[in-house]
Amino acid sequence: MTDTLVRFEGVRKTYGTGGAAAVVGLDLDIARGELMTLLGPSGSGKTTTLMMLAGFEMPSAGRILLEGRDIAHTAPHRRGIGVVFQSYALFPHMTVAENVGFPLSVRGVGRADRDARVAKALAMVRLDGYADRRPLQLSGGQQQRVALARALVFEPPIVLLDEPLGALDKALREEMQLEIRHIHQRLGVTMMYVTHDQAEALTLSDRIAVFEGGRIRQVADPKRLYDRPADAFVAGFVGENNLLPGMIEARDGEDCTVRLRCGPVVEAQAVDCGGVGQSCLVAIRPERIAVAGVTASDLGEGALPATLQEAIFLGDYVRLRLSVGDGGDILVKRPAGIGALPEPGGPAAIAWPEGAAFAFSDAV
Amino acid sequence: MTRGLLWVVAVLVALFLLAPIIAILPLSFSSGSFLFYPLPGLSLRWYADFFTSDFWLPALWNSLGIGVAAAGLATLLGTPAAFGLWRMKGAFRAIAMGVVLAPMVVPVIVVAVALLLAFGPIGLVATYTGLVIAHAALGVPFVVVTVLAALEGFDPVQLRAASACGAGPLRAFFRVCLPQIAPGVAAGAIFAFATSLDEVVIALFIAGPAQRTLPRQMFAGLNDSISLTTAAAAAVLVGLSVVLLLVVMWLQRRGQAAR
Repeated sequence: MTDTLVRFEGVRKTYGTGGAAAVVGLDLDIARGELMTLLGPSGSGKTTTLMMLAGFEMPSAGRILLEGRDIAHTAPHRRGIGVVFQSYALFPHMTVAENVGFPLSVRGVGRADRDARVAKALAMVRLDGYADRRPLQLSGGQQQRVALARALVFEPPIVLLDEPLGALDKALREEMQLEIRHIHQRLGVTMMYVTHDQAEALTLSDRIAVFEGGRIRQVADPKRLYDRPADAFVAGFVGENNLLPGMIEARDGEDCTVRLRCGPVVEAQAVDCGGVGQSCLVAIRPERIAVAGVTASDLGEGALPATLQEAIFLGDYVRLRLSVGDGGDILVKRPAGIGALPEPGGPAAIAWPEGAAFAFSDAV
Repeated sequence: MTRGLLWVVAVLVALFLLAPIIAILPLSFSSGSFLFYPLPGLSLRWYADFFTSDFWLPALWNSLGIGVAAAGLATLLGTPAAFGLWRMKGAFRAIAMGVVLAPMVVPVIVVAVALLLAFGPIGLVATYTGLVIAHAALGVPFVVVTVLAALEGFDPVQLRAASACGAGPLRAFFRVCLPQIAPGVAAGAIFAFATSLDEVVIALFIAGPAQRTLPRQMFAGLNDSISLTTAAAAAVLVGLSVVLLLVVMWLQRRGQAAR
């Protein structure tokens, strides 16, 4: 039995009267102590959801419960929720210590106690020694750490992070992802993290809610989300995937046979696709496809003949682009330096293990 | 060539703007008694007269006192108005903006007549309170304009951050927003003070004998007896204005440096 900290119940958000809905019928539970990421493209409703929990947007309908209490119409400063903004939103006229101490001073925490807690929070984000600097004297990564310390210092039940690493370069972003994850693990504080970067979501999260078009497509832990996507959108958005259109020829429970539009007939696990005669999308992860520079029969039963179009060497792995049948385009990833590659333009064969192909409804 | 021409035009325009002021200032140092050039000699007698006179000195204190009070009132009203306008959107903002800035464009004589009619029945004519309110109304647009300009450089997400820290709207304004726009607020207050300092039309209409301001006395002084003390009074006003202008420039530089 998990301890639910935040619950969204049938939350809707529409702008203006009769305007487009930013969030449509949202139901989501966040357990105490977990790091929940809202992942989705821009305009999918993930930031609106965060803003409604923070109190900067009012839901048009539904309830938002924090520790069992409906806070949907509570003023933001009375919610006691920590927020980290993409633009940091530090107060430039205050020192780093004054910024971090601000939530405590607002709460009437005494000077000595405040100083001790500020020092502890700064140590946690590895900024001891920066207490007397001004925010504008710090780098982007350091500023975001100050913002994180400011959101954590008053020990809120949940901290919301709105694309906090969006303005940082790639190396710094990866470093900060791990740092946020470690802080989360050390403090056990509940976090809700919004991002459009699926790799970031996979790195950080205990669970991920994938948003699209104002609704949640799937909520799952990173591994399950990657291995068993619930629909074609999730399959295409989280990680790379080959999505091949086809038509269902036979279906027996979970197993189905699909004739791909480019020609070949393949076996796949049915996820949310329809019955015989319905069109569908077959998803196969690029790293699960084996390639050999031989004829199809050498890879065993079910192997497909293909032609290697191009091979891109990326250091740790090689990206292969192959054509299959009539206009089928397949991406394959494989570790560099393992086995010989077929000649570009030459004949090749591809195959994948049983259970690696999934059939999804194409009505996305 | 074009550059040289530009310089000539610029100097001519500057002369056009400054010549009347430059003409009056030396007269205040004249040892003679008439508004004539050449000066018969140099002396500070008109300044001595100014700073000992029962006619001028109370007017100077009136001007300074009314100016400070009017500037304070205009700042108290104009700063929240600017903050509200900054947060507003849409057509209503344009309307509200027009109303707030109206005293800037409506002819002062119209305002003066309207105030005389409005203040009469409620006993505000010939009172300090009445004159302070009237001058504050003229000063508000200047405060609104300068504070709005200062708010352009203020990131509104900071207000959200403040409320996420637990600060209510008032506290967020006073502790996060106001310290950052303070140079703009101060500049607005100075503009409002300067507006009151050289206002003469409303002072003529609604000030009683006790509230005579410096410009009002200069006007009277020119009508009754042409004394060169008027020139000294003018020099005092010009001096005050220059000081205020320098303070505004210093505030603006500080505001930019803080960003």
